[in-house]
Amino acid sequence: MNPSRTELKQIPTDGLDVERVRADFPILRLKVGGKPLVYLDNAASSQMPQAVLDRWVRYQTTQHSNIHRAVHYLSETATAEYEAARRKLAAFIHAKEEREVVFTTGTTDAINLVAHGYGRKFIGAGDEIVLTTLEHHSNIVPWQMVAEETGARIRVVPVNDRGELVFEEYLKLLGPRTRLVGVGHVSNALGTINPVREMIAAAHERGIPVLVDGAQAAPHMQLDMQALDCDFYAFSGHKMFGPTGIGVLYGKAAWLEKMQPYKGGGDMILSVTFEKTVYNVIPGKFEAGTPPIAAAIALGAAADYIAGIGIERIHAHETDLLDYATDRVNRLPGVRIVGTAEKKAAVLSFVVEGVHPHDVGTLLNENGIAVRTGHHCAQPVMQRFGIPATSRASFAFYNTHAEVDALVAGIRNVQKTFG
Amino acid sequence: MADSKQLYQEVILDHNRKPRNWGVLSDATHRAEGHNPLCGDHLTLTLRLRGDAVDTVNFQGESCAICKASASMMTVAVKGKSKDDTERLVQEFRDLATGKLDAAGPHHLGRLTVFAGVRDLPTRVKCAILPWHTLHAALNEQTSTTTEAEADPMHAPVGNA
Repeated sequence: MNPSRTELKQIPTDGLDVERVRADFPILRLKVGGKPLVYLDNAASSQMPQAVLDRWVRYQTTQHSNIHRAVHYLSETATAEYEAARRKLAAFIHAKEEREVVFTTGTTDAINLVAHGYGRKFIGAGDEIVLTTLEHHSNIVPWQMVAEETGARIRVVPVNDRGELVFEEYLKLLGPRTRLVGVGHVSNALGTINPVREMIAAAHERGIPVLVDGAQAAPHMQLDMQALDCDFYAFSGHKMFGPTGIGVLYGKAAWLEKMQPYKGGGDMILSVTFEKTVYNVIPGKFEAGTPPIAAAIALGAAADYIAGIGIERIHAHETDLLDYATDRVNRLPGVRIVGTAEKKAAVLSFVVEGVHPHDVGTLLNENGIAVRTGHHCAQPVMQRFGIPATSRASFAFYNTHAEVDALVAGIRNVQKTFG
Repeated sequence: MADSKQLYQEVILDHNRKPRNWGVLSDATHRAEGHNPLCGDHLTLTLRLRGDAVDTVNFQGESCAICKASASMMTVAVKGKSKDDTERLVQEFRDLATGKLDAAGPHHLGRLTVFAGVRDLPTRVKCAILPWHTLHAALNEQTSTTTEAEADPMHAPVGNA
């Protein structure tokens, strides 16, 4: 028995102090139409804690200049802070090397980078790209564009009635012509946590690289590139308590080196003449032009903030919230939860019988409750379940049981109005 | 802050529950499909012109309450109206929903002014306007229309084509 090892595994043993973390988020004190804001649209975009806001202001007021350029104090400071942010993100996702972290403008940009850099170089006529029914449009459309240009074919992994991928069908789709698997870590529309580790292992057995869209996983769970062994992983800053306009593409160095650049411009070159341009080494090769420096540094602060709270503690609180919300909403007659996977992130998609989600959203807003309504940029999921749209409540660690109660009361109010 | 309570008035809820002129005319002279890709609202509008007048309009589709009630009340409002009067009403309703028309001023909208509240809910303006867009499209021999791109009520005028 080794008590110190046991202790390490159990950290943290105490629960999350929600009121204390809520105090870190100025926007949560907002009133909407005279009612306290109940922010349940975190899967669309999360809010920023004061520490991240402060970091942005400190950069902009005392450290800003362009990076990788001049020899003066501010340029060197900005460069050092930008690269320090990259280091933080590399540690946050357990990347083997910092150069495997490419700053992008977000998940969409990151996936498009792979579609161009890898797809247009390594995918040809008759090749196959395997995606899933659960994908967000941003992990469908870039591949459709590649397929259209190259003559490749897209194969789609089906889902069962609970909103889980059918693993046996996935295995059947992996073939000699499969050049890439693209899969979301967590479904934005239903909350399903996909078995990406097993999917990656199965693809690798056949020598197929895998891109994981981690936009919905980053704020909820441990991101461990070594454990996952994925070839690419994309996520956004603004869904993990950082700013908009920044995101990350993780790529294994061996792939990034083989890929063609995505955008041409300054900073992505070693030398330029009109006869021949030599591209920069990674990750610079993929970071043409002046990047969103302040946003990258603020994202580093967001990663610090999450680590400070502890992802296990966040996970425990959100699991509790999801269980509570699922139970409460399930008790409402005339309300159906869409997406009942065994493994789910804190996302609750639902339909209210006889009421269109847009009407649900507008009436909930009247009570200060922010949910997303619509197809969630995942129309194939909606088609699979034969519905045009859902209402979606998505939780973050700063949400409370009282807010779930407000949501349930709000849904009752909607039913009364339409009754 | 929008007061959507004002929007979900009994008349709108009633037309949502019991839409008037629901269905597809078998002897339609004009027909158009309306689609709002943002929320998936979709409706089929069929109408029969007798001479220059709108004899009857039917609609059918899947949409939110605002869109359905707007369509239902529209079919009642334009029945028997001349083409020109109908187009004028389309324009007035559009202006009402986008906040360009003051319901207290002169207009021909009658009870349709219950939709004035959508002006404070930019995301719902398109829901209310979709049936009117579709009617305009049908009258102008277009077979389909959407609330997006050049037809976006928030950006470009419909005009009397």
